[in-house]
Amino acid sequence: MSLASTARAAPIGAFAARAILIALMLVTLLPFITMFSAALAPSGTYPPGLQWPADPQWSNFVDAFVAAKLDRLLLSSITIVACVVPVSVLIGTMAGFGLAKLAPRGSQFVYLLFVIGLTLPLEVVIIPLYYEIQWLGLLNTKFAIILPLIGLYMPFSIYWMRAHFVNVPAEMSEAAEIDGASAWQQFWLVQVPLARPPIMSLAILQFLWTWNSFLLPLVLVEIPLERTMAGALGAFQGQWGTNIPLLCAGSLIILAPSVIVFVLFQKQFVAALLQGAVKG
Amino acid sequence: MAWLFIAPALLFYSAFVLIPIGMTAYYSLLRWNGIGAAQFRGLQNYITVLTEPDLLSTIGNAFQLVLYFSLLPVGIGLGVAQIIRQHLNGPFGTTARTILFVPQVIPLVAAGIAWSWMLASNGVVNQLLSAVGLGGWTRGWLGDFDFALPAVGIIGAWVLLGLCTMLLVTGIAKIDPTLYEAAKLDGASGWDEFIYVTVPGLRQEIGVCITVTVIAALASFDIVYIATGGGPGGSTNVPGLEIYRLAFAHRQVGLASALAIVLMILVIVCILPIQWIMRERRR
Repeated sequence: MSLASTARAAPIGAFAARAILIALMLVTLLPFITMFSAALAPSGTYPPGLQWPADPQWSNFVDAFVAAKLDRLLLSSITIVACVVPVSVLIGTMAGFGLAKLAPRGSQFVYLLFVIGLTLPLEVVIIPLYYEIQWLGLLNTKFAIILPLIGLYMPFSIYWMRAHFVNVPAEMSEAAEIDGASAWQQFWLVQVPLARPPIMSLAILQFLWTWNSFLLPLVLVEIPLERTMAGALGAFQGQWGTNIPLLCAGSLIILAPSVIVFVLFQKQFVAALLQGAVKG
Repeated sequence: MAWLFIAPALLFYSAFVLIPIGMTAYYSLLRWNGIGAAQFRGLQNYITVLTEPDLLSTIGNAFQLVLYFSLLPVGIGLGVAQIIRQHLNGPFGTTARTILFVPQVIPLVAAGIAWSWMLASNGVVNQLLSAVGLGGWTRGWLGDFDFALPAVGIIGAWVLLGLCTMLLVTGIAKIDPTLYEAAKLDGASGWDEFIYVTVPGLRQEIGVCITVTVIAALASFDIVYIATGGGPGGSTNVPGLEIYRLAFAHRQVGLASALAIVLMILVIVCILPIQWIMRERRR
């Protein structure tokens, strides 16, 4: 019964469903299409919203690449991601395991302390973070972004990984314990290999959050090229906001890496985003 | 030994979240310009936040944004889910999923820039309005006192629409199809199906969508900063932007911190009942 038969019984439904989805996809893509058409207009002009230019200026993308210093920006963003994500995933996974499986006395309270952070807006801590990073002498360095992000990712990481570890059958660890494995060995040899899918999703989500973080780099790092992508994009708008073709070309170029990575790994991304929303 | 697993996470969390929350609470009791000596002011900053019209209006604006950020995506998403139900298979379904998720992948800053261009006086929105004979409605939407806030709301709705739709579509596929068949046999209309089968079956997903979107609206910063900067005349100013401005441009650290604490409490007060209803009904 079910799927096939209902689909056959309601061809009109299937048609309506497609029409609605296509409309939604158009609404989703329209901003990018209009940016693309504007990006091809002569630099410095004020083009109409959506019109294929008579003489497409592909060189705008080259100019924008140079103006945005995209090569340096990519390097900076990748460095920050490469520092934040592995550390944060590792210590989040360890803590998730500790809280779920080892559960020492008082761990309930500590877990609650972490969960409280799930709904915390960044704006609530941004002011003290500025003075703290200043006190550490790290303002305007990559560490000003890296260190706070790791701390800020802990509530979700721990919530996410603990939820996984709680559902791993106890026999798994009992068998390892009988073999005389320490908690450390148990973690690395038994639990981490089993936790690959949630760890992968967590890494993907943290990559996106880091890449797209804006307020934190804006406040803590004055030099746009030392920030991550979104922070630099904000500065790019500030500098080129009046030159619509260049702004659109630059925005598209700055967006391109994350969209390419997304399309390549779209299955994992969509799964991570869906689960991440449900659990978060 | 067990605590060794937890300690590194707790260390980072304490240093960059817990202690800062405490510091914000402490700053909120001070009059401080961030450099010189601070004066203790008690709850005076909170009184200012709750009585100064310019500050109070940021909170009002944030709640207006909730209407757009939450109601539009959840409402449209529910309608779409009901119609699509089981039709999101095959390559077409995969393409749709991928495209609808793009706004979740790009930075909010980019969404702000793209939509600023769409909503500009010769942007595509006005172009479309003129094309369908509504040329009288064209304007620079983000510079208009009456329409800037709804325009910002539409940007947020665009960002969140794909996520909510996909969550609800994925959820509805898990509802037992026999429930719909039974409803049909009982002569239920499409609307009855929606109210008595779809909405109850999606309770959890709806709760998730509302939670995510309400937080996005109340704590909004990126989109507003890029699209309007809070203008014109503060008509799109939100707490997040005002905190940033007060603390880092006007050097009123105490007042900014008080607004931050108020924002934190507002988010918790709005989210807790949603979580509570979700859990209560699930039993």
